[in-house]
Amino acid sequence: MLELERISKTFNPGTVNEKRALHELTLHVKDGDFISIIGANGAGKSTLFNAIAGSFFTDSGRITLGGADITLRPEHLRAKEIGRLFQDPMRGTAPGMTIEENLALAAGRGGWLSRITKADVALFRERLAPLGMGLEDRMQQPVGLLSGGQRQALALMMATINPPKLLLLDEHTAALDPATAEKVLALTRQIVAEGRLTCLMVTHNMQSALELGNRTLMMDRGRIIFDVEGEARSRLSVPDLLVLFREAAGRNLDNDRMMLS
Amino acid sequence: MLSILQTALELGLIGSLTVLALFLSYTMLGVCDLSTDGCFTLGAAVGAVVAIAGHPWLSLPAAMCAGVLSGFITALLQTKLGIDSLLAGIIVNTGLYSVNIAVMGGASLLNMNKTATVFTLLKSALAGTRAAGLYKLTAGLIAAALVVLFLSLFLRTRLGLAIHATGDNPDMVRSSSINPDFTTIVGLCLSGSLTALSGCLLAQSQKSVNIDIGSGMVTIALASLLIGRAFAPRGSIPKRALGAVIGAVVFRLVYAVALRLNMPAFMLKLVSSVIVIIAIAGPYLKNRWPELHRRLYHGRERGGEGHA
Repeated sequence: MLELERISKTFNPGTVNEKRALHELTLHVKDGDFISIIGANGAGKSTLFNAIAGSFFTDSGRITLGGADITLRPEHLRAKEIGRLFQDPMRGTAPGMTIEENLALAAGRGGWLSRITKADVALFRERLAPLGMGLEDRMQQPVGLLSGGQRQALALMMATINPPKLLLLDEHTAALDPATAEKVLALTRQIVAEGRLTCLMVTHNMQSALELGNRTLMMDRGRIIFDVEGEARSRLSVPDLLVLFREAAGRNLDNDRMMLS
Repeated sequence: MLSILQTALELGLIGSLTVLALFLSYTMLGVCDLSTDGCFTLGAAVGAVVAIAGHPWLSLPAAMCAGVLSGFITALLQTKLGIDSLLAGIIVNTGLYSVNIAVMGGASLLNMNKTATVFTLLKSALAGTRAAGLYKLTAGLIAAALVVLFLSLFLRTRLGLAIHATGDNPDMVRSSSINPDFTTIVGLCLSGSLTALSGCLLAQSQKSVNIDIGSGMVTIALASLLIGRAFAPRGSIPKRALGAVIGAVVFRLVYAVALRLNMPAFMLKLVSSVIVIIAIAGPYLKNRWPELHRRLYHGRERGGEGHA
């Protein structure tokens, strides 16, 4: 499905600020995998997502998605197959445009000169209704008027309106209040299950890292230091993860945002 | 007095095409296109040369094509060659000065007194009807109406929405599998064509092109756009585009009234600068007001204590 072969990325090479963000990282993602990724600040989690999504090209290594080599494919073309959500709900939507217009761009139906049809509007309403946020009745309102949680739910709809081969979730509930975060997470789970999407999720919540999905990765200093799935994973608890980190990384896991319970 | 108002209306409507160009590039795409002045003159020069060669109707598409080219180069500089968008506009604007003189055959002034233009054609078409004296106004109205209609339809298409979104959130455009470089290029080409058309029409309506015809046009158009925003701050695209046209007309009307009150004509550009400053700084200062007020009040409070 998604194959990363020894990809590396160094920022500011040759300067005092040189930072090796990804270090010959190799990862094989199977079709239908739902992988949670944890790690300390600066471990390279977001860099990994940027590399997969194409925000920059890696310095070396190869990336293939569904058998096609996408190592040098530009970001907007990868976006046809890769959906992505960020921690900041503002990044996924255009605030000055209406809900309907945002969805229309994400759906991308028809040619350049095609307009939003009644069928499109009906589809959008049908997609928004299950969110239970009343967005389907506010289609003509600018997205800038929505709350963070509503914007993130809309961004989730936009990222999955054409089921992507791969969904990247970069701490997409971290900026939301706990109740909204729970709701958006439940929605995510539902959409991923219904579409049988392959999904990578960065989280700082160790508990949900173990609860969600079928596989967990731990990253440190640009590498994957721990990769667990199946029965071995189901036996793990949060304290086990901390011990595992100490053994693999040779130090304690310190992350001021990490939630231990 | 009436003729002054009529002239203001004509200038406003013809100039409104440049304002609509900025509506597309500045309001929608979020790019302040400083090549506007040169592009305006380019349209005027190309249109005049083609008209003088005996093709009055062809002068309009010719000017628009020249504008597309100018917009294309500005867009290329900022999307593909890493030149800051303001700088790209300034560079193209400077280069266009030479290009424009070259287009005019080395002269800095072209006369169209005896040339058949779209205005003279319209004048003879309207001769004998009640609208005979209003041919410039009619031409301006038709042009402004067509462009408002075009923008209203175009900005509802997928390409139009993508251009709008590029100014709003380029990340979101990319994640919709659209290259923001592409939308920037298309947007600036279109706005260039409108600016050039505006220049072409102004030159033909006053029967001459001067190399300075476009100087300060970007500030005048920006002032009109921001005045128009006061009429239609939000709402649908047709409403806001119409607001831009109204802004252009109001700007010219206010200017005409000021002229009547003995303001010298050379003040036009200073007035437009001041309007732009007020329109942009006003809302900013209004937002900062609580903070400024707090500073002021805090100072007084402490002063009072000192006296006590």
